[in-house]
Amino acid sequence: MADKVHVRTTINGEATEFLCEPRQSLLEVLRDVVGLTGSKEGCNDGNCGACTVLFNGRMVTSCLVLGVEAEGKNVTTIEGIATPAGLHPIQQAFLENAALQCGICTPGFIVAAKALLDREPNPSEQRIRLWLAGNLCRCTGYDKIIRAVMDASKKMQEVKAR
Amino acid sequence: MTTTAPAPEYSVIGTRPIRHDGLDKVIGRAKYAADIQMAGLLSAKILRSPHPHARIKSIDTSKAAALPGVRAVITAADIPAVASDRMQDLGETAVRLRFLSSNVLAGNKVLYKGQAVAAVAATSAHIAEEALSLIKVDYEVLPPALNVLDAMKDGAPLLHEDMLMQEFGQRTTKHSNIANHFRFKKGEPADGFKQADVVVEREFNTAAVHQGYIEPHAATANWNVDGKLTIWCSTQGSFNVRSQVATLLKIPESNVKVIPTEIGGGFGGKLGVYLEPVVALLAKKTGHPVKAIMSRTEVFEGTGPTPGSYMKVKMGANKEGRITAAEVSLMFEAGAFPGSPVNAGAMCALACYNLDNAQVDGYDVVVNKQKTAAYRAPGATHAAMAVESVVDELCENLKMDPIDFRILNGVKQGDRRVDGPAFGKVGFMEVLQAAKNHPHWKTPLTGKNRGRGFAAGFWFNAGGPASCYIAMNPDGTVSLIEGAADIGGTRAAIAMQAAEVLGIPADKVTPTVVDTDSIGYTSLTGGSSVAFKGGLAAYEAAQDLKKQLIERAAKIWETTADNVEFEKGEFKLKPSYERKMTFTELAGRLLTTGGPLAGRASVDARGVGPAFAAVIADVEVDPETGKTQVLRATIVQDAGKAIHPSYVEGQMQGGVAQGIGWALNEEYFFTNQGTMANPTFLDYRMPTALDLPMIDTVIVEVANPGHPFGVRGVGEVPIVPPPAAVANAMKRAIGVRMTDLPMSPGAVLAAIQAKGNGKR
Repeated sequence: MADKVHVRTTINGEATEFLCEPRQSLLEVLRDVVGLTGSKEGCNDGNCGACTVLFNGRMVTSCLVLGVEAEGKNVTTIEGIATPAGLHPIQQAFLENAALQCGICTPGFIVAAKALLDREPNPSEQRIRLWLAGNLCRCTGYDKIIRAVMDASKKMQEVKAR
Repeated sequence: MTTTAPAPEYSVIGTRPIRHDGLDKVIGRAKYAADIQMAGLLSAKILRSPHPHARIKSIDTSKAAALPGVRAVITAADIPAVASDRMQDLGETAVRLRFLSSNVLAGNKVLYKGQAVAAVAATSAHIAEEALSLIKVDYEVLPPALNVLDAMKDGAPLLHEDMLMQEFGQRTTKHSNIANHFRFKKGEPADGFKQADVVVEREFNTAAVHQGYIEPHAATANWNVDGKLTIWCSTQGSFNVRSQVATLLKIPESNVKVIPTEIGGGFGGKLGVYLEPVVALLAKKTGHPVKAIMSRTEVFEGTGPTPGSYMKVKMGANKEGRITAAEVSLMFEAGAFPGSPVNAGAMCALACYNLDNAQVDGYDVVVNKQKTAAYRAPGATHAAMAVESVVDELCENLKMDPIDFRILNGVKQGDRRVDGPAFGKVGFMEVLQAAKNHPHWKTPLTGKNRGRGFAAGFWFNAGGPASCYIAMNPDGTVSLIEGAADIGGTRAAIAMQAAEVLGIPADKVTPTVVDTDSIGYTSLTGGSSVAFKGGLAAYEAAQDLKKQLIERAAKIWETTADNVEFEKGEFKLKPSYERKMTFTELAGRLLTTGGPLAGRASVDARGVGPAFAAVIADVEVDPETGKTQVLRATIVQDAGKAIHPSYVEGQMQGGVAQGIGWALNEEYFFTNQGTMANPTFLDYRMPTALDLPMIDTVIVEVANPGHPFGVRGVGEVPIVPPPAAVANAMKRAIGVRMTDLPMSPGAVLAAIQAKGNGKR
């Protein structure tokens, strides 16, 4: 077993340090070392998207990033999407549109949807479907998820226009 | 999104409040099975068989046990010997106890690649995984029986040398992989076929498909020195886990406490135990809590898919469009141990139609594949793929509209299924009429290589025992305690039924699913039963509380209960109605007027209302690649009563999505050596957001007389019609009748080319 590595990073806006083995994925570190279990493991090979986080603002599946790669980076997980002032409009839209059933894929979808709306505030339905194609949901058939993202997009633009 | 008509008689039921457990799930705080952490926790990993069929000659665990960080290694020898043929109920399926034990850890034989053989507990998951490679298992490899037709042949390798075939309810003397052959018969099919003007006969094959829940199985156990065992796990039935673990480990049920975590999908696949007895034994051996989490590959290779099948259907109809006879044969791969859902499939196969002459044969056949498990309306989707395809072909031959044909032949109240039971009040005709009137059906589909298909489906639904406690809080809210795992919003649906009785808004009820020590027995989350039976328990508990509240109001007003009226959250003193108290006011006075109040109910919900659904699907097939895109899909379903319409729609849409995946892409792809070649989400292709259209829903409400609000249950039937609806659409799109699932691009292309060569 290799020695553990000391990693200095920023998670959800907070300066964070942790020790991890070089073989540990960022997902494993987030869940088992840092204690942020909101990112979920569905496949551990980058195909389900349940562990999606923002890595320096870029959408990644954290199971395919090593913990040591977080050195000096800025990581945003599902736990960092809401603020003390309240839920993010995407989170609110997921609740209001009943866009979750079992909820295991929900963190990944919300982080992925945020990555999209941060870049493209007004995506088409087809664009949303393409962007979210890396996130699997087995419960909803995606209908209400897509509607929730469209709803959030609309509401975020109304707020911006005010 | 089609909404239901408002229900003027109700104030909560039929509305769409935000679900109570939603907040924790959108901020990442909800705790699922893999999220359990505690001091001293060890990690477990499972060694699995590399062979589909082999005898275990010996297992040497000494090297693994000696690896630093390893705390315990166990094999089947650590499970108390279970020779019992007693059937263990798994909810929607059942299994002999000794087979369940072998499926948890294999004894002297492995019967599929991926079967658990040994387990290691270590200080980290990585060390446990390293230790697995140090366990030496000496196998004598045996030839496998890999598909249902091969396994049924005389001379096929036998999985269970001691197993005797059961036929027509009798145990025969024949050693066979056919565990059971049964028959349902009504009238005389041979006579019926003589009256037919058109007869269609087809054979169908379907591949095994997995439930595909995104959360892999995970379980944690702690075994105290006093013999008390606590298990945290993701399950559809905490009381089921309790009884399975207690029976397998030969300990009293009362020594086992199961704490259900949030569950990340189940669809029938989380009814039987896999990891729970293993982590329990490891916890006992190490004196530490032990957690195990399956990898996705372990989920595919080590847990139950729904069976692969071979089916034959022959149906005849006269010129007027009446079905005169039907014969169905279903041969299901049970996997390594008997217990496929072929019985349910056989009962559902012809359930949509009122037939005078029909026969259904079912064969439960063991093969060297994963032990199958329930999957959303288990067995019914296979059967509907076959029967609804043949019905479609009858319609084509008779030049009849597929919905009109079903209206002519469909079941109504009083009609009998082939297997005997007569229908009570059912809504199949209403479903068909709603489909016929839907804009989707009325709008012509244009374009090359496009086609529209229609199919119907039936599922029994289920009931059973359920318990509920409702405690009043001083601020006028209530705490609702229940025992059924909530996979898709049932906490909301149950809380809403209590709120309706108590005349308070849904958000004044706080529902919590608790452990097996904290609530009366509650049967599993399966059979589309929770909103029905859990709702009935909540209704009765709320009635119990309401009665006590009226008595308390009477006490405060120094009168008798019959002088108090309760309406819309307000208590009123008869006859003048001048003295009033709101629900909240009375709640605030309870502690000073005689003490707290709580309602309780334990029920055995029996008045089950069956469900029918119909799906309209438009597809476009690319003749160059064979790829099929679903352009539009509509599902019409009788919910009885939609308590929370958004989550009813969600069940309908999710079922259709799974049905489309089953139809077009998903399959356990086995090599000739019996190895699943695609045990990852990359190669086992479930539908993504890009693969599906919006899924339109129409909720039909033909109230179930067996439930106070008319609930039937909604979870399962929506998966039943889609594969046949898609196949029927593809026939109209490209003129080829696909009979094997999945109708993947390669298979479609081959069928198009075969047709081009004049083979079809």
